[in-house]
Amino acid sequence: MKPLLIAKNLSKQYIQTQGFFSRTKSIIHALDDVSIIIKKGSTLAIVGESGCGKTTLAKSLIRLVEIDKGNIQFMGSEILRVQSKQLKEIRKNIQMIFQDPYASLNPRMKIYQIMEEPLIIHKIGDKQIRQDKIYSMIERVGLSIVDLTKYPHQFSGGQRQRVGIARALILEPQLVICDEPVSALDVSVQAQIIQLLKNLQEEFKLTYLFITHDLRVVRYVADEVIVMRHGKLIEQGKTDIIFKNPKSEYTKELLASIPGHISKRN
Amino acid sequence: MNNNILKINKLKVFSKKDFNLKLVNNISLNIKRGKTTCIVGESGSGKSLTALSIIQLLSSQLSMSGDIFFNNENLCELDAEEMRKKRGQDIAMIFQEPMTSLNPVLTIGYQIQEAINVHHDLSSLDMNKRVKELLGLVGIPIQRCESYPDELSGGQRQRVMIAMAMSCNPKLLIADEPTTALDVTVQAQILKLLNGLKNKFNMSMLFITHDFGIVEDIADNVVVMFQGKIVEQGNVKSVLSKPKHPYTKALLNCVPDILGKKKLKPIDYDELSLLMARL
Repeated sequence: MKPLLIAKNLSKQYIQTQGFFSRTKSIIHALDDVSIIIKKGSTLAIVGESGCGKTTLAKSLIRLVEIDKGNIQFMGSEILRVQSKQLKEIRKNIQMIFQDPYASLNPRMKIYQIMEEPLIIHKIGDKQIRQDKIYSMIERVGLSIVDLTKYPHQFSGGQRQRVGIARALILEPQLVICDEPVSALDVSVQAQIIQLLKNLQEEFKLTYLFITHDLRVVRYVADEVIVMRHGKLIEQGKTDIIFKNPKSEYTKELLASIPGHISKRN
Repeated sequence: MNNNILKINKLKVFSKKDFNLKLVNNISLNIKRGKTTCIVGESGSGKSLTALSIIQLLSSQLSMSGDIFFNNENLCELDAEEMRKKRGQDIAMIFQEPMTSLNPVLTIGYQIQEAINVHHDLSSLDMNKRVKELLGLVGIPIQRCESYPDELSGGQRQRVMIAMAMSCNPKLLIADEPTTALDVTVQAQILKLLNGLKNKFNMSMLFITHDFGIVEDIADNVVVMFQGKIVEQGNVKSVLSKPKHPYTKALLNCVPDILGKKKLKPIDYDELSLLMARL
């Protein structure tokens, strides 16, 4: 498989100040020399505990976080050096699905407006074309055209996440970054959303960067896994291999922490 | 001596505005002494309401009927003052969000003292000793006593909540999704801690979760709830390996398997209601 995105030696530091007149300073390495390759059409999962830098890594790929050092190649351009016009084009091709479906949809917009907004921003189609796109996308994520006139609060968590997915996919992106898309949902709803994401991946030939702390979900969706801790890349490889034969102590600890895991092994 | 520490008999929870709206519909269950019972279900299945009815902390919008026997004493017949004595002393509860259940402007040492003060009259020397003892029990360094909740991590905050719950050596501990907001590794630590405390003090535990993995790790008995009703209950091994009810089967099919072999199958509610109608 061809690489879709190559990120090399990414580093990002945050300086934390404490005390009166910010006298004491400490440096936090959110990302410490991290390199990743995302292959076209595959799913790469980033796992780690909160604060390990996984969201910083994802956000740096669309320049929502400005990186200190490193370079990122995507579709022939260097993301960290492009001008704002080109950056807009890149962001059209890298879309994001967020963790909290309650916070990531504007409560004052109807679903139709929420889905139309990215199309307007990127100047795609006229009114009629946009409507056709929205109508076909909403049905693909398992909602109906009637739902387009509703507001986010009228939906359940799982349905809102479907709206979030529809909004991300309406621009026909190459790469979709899913930041903990199912961790706020019930198991039964979680299964629906995971299944939906998998089906859409096949249908639209999508590439996913999947951020999660749930290793059971990783096992189910990812082709490759990256394990992160304290901003550093601890281990990476094919999902099967890492689960069967973890090399680092930290990965072993993570695997041992999965609930229900201990009894299954014995 | 009766083998059950808690006996719930035909519990119903309904809205005061609309008596036909039953949120918990006629459930009966027993919690065995010294064992862990898990209630599993989706959100809205009535599992938290069941827990809140036990300690009589239901919202004023709701009312309940039925009997809840704790050590052969009917909790539903106690008045407010008698019930207050039970809470914390005999039955303690830990909540899901350790971030919101602690007071942000008081030190954790003070908050643990507060919990003890409700039920015991200790001298300040004894009190200090007890607070330190409790912090040691849940694995928080004693110096942390003067810390405020925002200075602690999520896992440590949950440990403080557990220390408060343990302060009067309760006989029954109700834990409502205590690890849902935590990282996997921290979750594993907290589960281990709770299980250790349960064995050490011979407590009984009622554990509410939606994660079958956790059920497998800590439960002796499991109760599956769906739409306010209990659809299946029994020994954890037999329920998980040979689920009888179609809903339990469907819910188990939603859990991704660590071996990666199982196929995920979201619940088909139409099919499920057909299957349930046939029962």
